[in-house]
Amino acid sequence: MVSFNLSEVIKKYTMVIALVIIIGIFYVGTHGTILLPQNINNLLSQNAYVFILATGMLLCILTGGNIDLSVGSVVCFIGGIGAVMMSKGMNVWFTVLVMLLVGVAVGAWQAFWVAYVNVPPFIATLAGMYAFRGLSNVVLNGYAVSITNTTYLNVFGGGADCYIPDFFHGAKLNTTCMLAGIIAVAIYVIVSLRNRIAASRKGYATTSAVGFYLKLVIISAVILFVTYKLAGYKGIPTSLIWIIIVVLAYHYFTTKTTMGRYLYAVGGNEKATQLSGINTKKVYFFAYTNMGFLTALAGILTVARAASAQPTYGMFYEMDAIGACFIGGASAYGGTGSVFGAIIGALLMGVINQGMSIMGVDANYQKVVKGLVLLLAVIFDVVSKREKK
Amino acid sequence: MGNILLEMKNITKEFPGVKALDNVNLKVEQGEIHALVGENGAGKSTLMNVLSGIYPFGSYTGDIVYNGEVCQFQKIKDSEEKGIVIIHQELALIPYMSIGENMFLGNEQGRKSAIDWDKTYAEADKFLKMVGLTESSRTLIKDIGVGKQQLVEIAKALAKHAKLLILDEPTSSLNETDSKALLDLLLKFKQEGMTSIIISHKLNEVSYVADHITVIRDGSTIETLDKTVDDISEDRIIKGMVGREMTDRFPKRHNVAIGDIAMEVKDWTVYHPQFAERKVVDGVSMNVRKGEVVGIAGLMGAGRTELAMSIFGKAYGTNISGQLILNGEEVKLKNIKDAIKHKIAYVTEDRKGNGLVLTNPIKINTTLANLSEICSKHVIDQDKEYQVAEEYRDKLKTKCPSVEQNVGNLSGGNQQKVLLAKWMFADPDVLILDEPTRGIDVGAKYEIYCIINDLVAAGKSVIMISSELPEVLGMSDRIYVMNEGKMVGEMAGAEASQESIMSCILKS
Repeated sequence: MVSFNLSEVIKKYTMVIALVIIIGIFYVGTHGTILLPQNINNLLSQNAYVFILATGMLLCILTGGNIDLSVGSVVCFIGGIGAVMMSKGMNVWFTVLVMLLVGVAVGAWQAFWVAYVNVPPFIATLAGMYAFRGLSNVVLNGYAVSITNTTYLNVFGGGADCYIPDFFHGAKLNTTCMLAGIIAVAIYVIVSLRNRIAASRKGYATTSAVGFYLKLVIISAVILFVTYKLAGYKGIPTSLIWIIIVVLAYHYFTTKTTMGRYLYAVGGNEKATQLSGINTKKVYFFAYTNMGFLTALAGILTVARAASAQPTYGMFYEMDAIGACFIGGASAYGGTGSVFGAIIGALLMGVINQGMSIMGVDANYQKVVKGLVLLLAVIFDVVSKREKK
Repeated sequence: MGNILLEMKNITKEFPGVKALDNVNLKVEQGEIHALVGENGAGKSTLMNVLSGIYPFGSYTGDIVYNGEVCQFQKIKDSEEKGIVIIHQELALIPYMSIGENMFLGNEQGRKSAIDWDKTYAEADKFLKMVGLTESSRTLIKDIGVGKQQLVEIAKALAKHAKLLILDEPTSSLNETDSKALLDLLLKFKQEGMTSIIISHKLNEVSYVADHITVIRDGSTIETLDKTVDDISEDRIIKGMVGREMTDRFPKRHNVAIGDIAMEVKDWTVYHPQFAERKVVDGVSMNVRKGEVVGIAGLMGAGRTELAMSIFGKAYGTNISGQLILNGEEVKLKNIKDAIKHKIAYVTEDRKGNGLVLTNPIKINTTLANLSEICSKHVIDQDKEYQVAEEYRDKLKTKCPSVEQNVGNLSGGNQQKVLLAKWMFADPDVLILDEPTRGIDVGAKYEIYCIINDLVAAGKSVIMISSELPEVLGMSDRIYVMNEGKMVGEMAGAEASQESIMSCILKS
């Protein structure tokens, strides 16, 4: 099988291609500013919360286009709890544990109504959106609470200025960062090749060799390019580590585990899944509880970056996450979508934001453009499905 | 012969892979009640859908001559303008709207800018009176019984100025009194000059009201009986409905030893999940032995699917009572997972709706009901999954480019094979196959029958629910007949005939 079907490739990687084109447009529009090391660094760390929330949101959307509207409020609520606890001098790890547990509890609370009482997710989480916004104000007593604990800030990318230290003290380039990039590429190439060799040895159908090596080269190049740029600034931002952990873990989870499989099955055909002996209520419960967990993580990163918690934090975060998933090819009816897709969607939104900011586009028009991009992406999804029929 | 109101000439309608109607002819006289009878899937509803414009002109061949002119209906509105109104088997009323709102839905009274509700309700009351209903048209649909809802449907048709009324199984959800009232109403309309076409399985009702009876079988018109000249007894009609030649459409089973009873139910009763006072399965007892194919015959709505699903870990119904005995031991199955663990599989009749995840590839569908088999600690071994899918693709001769193909892109017959593969991989001892060959072509049917034979040869037990009598007769070692929730007959496969099964149902 050495066929290389261009139209198939374009269809499969539409959003990646769109991302490249949009980066190209902004590269010209900003006279190259958008690809300066500092801007790439900002793009990743500013949007850390979107990457993580979009991953969680994807799992909810997979179950049938269900969304969670409460995540913005819950980010604020959890950040508030953490900030207040640390301001009272509590142990930082204990605080982080409490934040995560509260997140899981909040998720489970909403998941219970969705899964076992059949409250429509839209309503259950709309209720949460109001309630937890209110509770955030209560926890913070209406004021901003600043975070001064340096351990917390260092670990979770605090103060917009936290990086993995360079152990080798490179003169111009951050050597640790560059080395990490090279190691990442090496691991990626070895794992891909091993899987492919194993597959062909067992006589399984493999994808076309041209496509495989092309993909290998492109992804390696992207990793090296990004790490090179980051090395030219201050190195790897700590928040990037958290993003990578979450993305890889959830990619594995959605593609390799039984619960991941059930998420897709429920969204694709709930009745068939039920009749296959799978407890679909549990699947819903899991998706929304997990959303709570990842929301807590996003909350931890958000208040760390700002080095404070304020009652207005997290506004419209839910919309950014939902938008990223749909732009990244998740179906509004459930059953299809991928973690990497959601990440591409989040990147696309992030690039558009940043590019327009650098170009000095009015913030109000930025919103108009984001709205249109989301609409276009979903129209594309609907139309391309109609053609198949 | 009187005036011909409607003539359908040489109607042929094809669906991908299936010829649903093949040169069908139908003549309906002005002012008569014309009955259309035939087995499930014979093409009656398809013919009426052609007539009413649900299948637009151009999607079929042949002519429709109505009132002396050739008609080319593009949509339902076109046929309704001419006075042809169809009342479908499933009631199409919206429960939380009033009778009046329902009657004029899509045909609202008043000016374009605003609905005139006083006029709507006044008109509605007028038509309600004509069908003998005394309810106010402001009553909500959900507050009146099914019998009255059916009358509302007829009033709705009258409000559209119907000249030709088509009723698809109008009495299927009615009790005896309501049915009688409805039929008498049709007779009254006839005296007032209305023409009706009635599709029905209940032959006693057909004999009671019809002037002419047209029999359709396998998409062709067989005969038209005239009340005044022909014998229209039930037996005579049955003969026309089922009298097809039996060729070797069924592969032979050789030397399959029939063993002990594998599964037995005793006095099994199930109530409707929404209407908790309605018995759907009523005191059914049956069994299946190892190596045996047991057929369950009956009409749609006889309660066969409900029986099967209630056995399958209470997947249907409430208040389920009775004994379930597996290999001589009574078991209580809590849920579907439990049923699968006890080696029972239910292969649904609705493969797209309840069986397969169409947006997922073949391999994922194949393993869905038994994922733990290819997992270690909740992590799926994808190599093993691929091998399993390939193995079943080979075994069942599923035609597909690869097991990575989405199931939604396969033909009906191949989808059915994937569905069977899924349940075979769950390694059951008892397989309940619900309409295993519905909507698939003859060649694929034969292959499915071969798979069934292989299953029983391996010592499994198969319960096959089917509405196609030839299939039940051709495949079963033993046949149960079910009607209105009850077992009304049991016979050895070799002794049974289409006539004996039909009369079991119709005379129960």
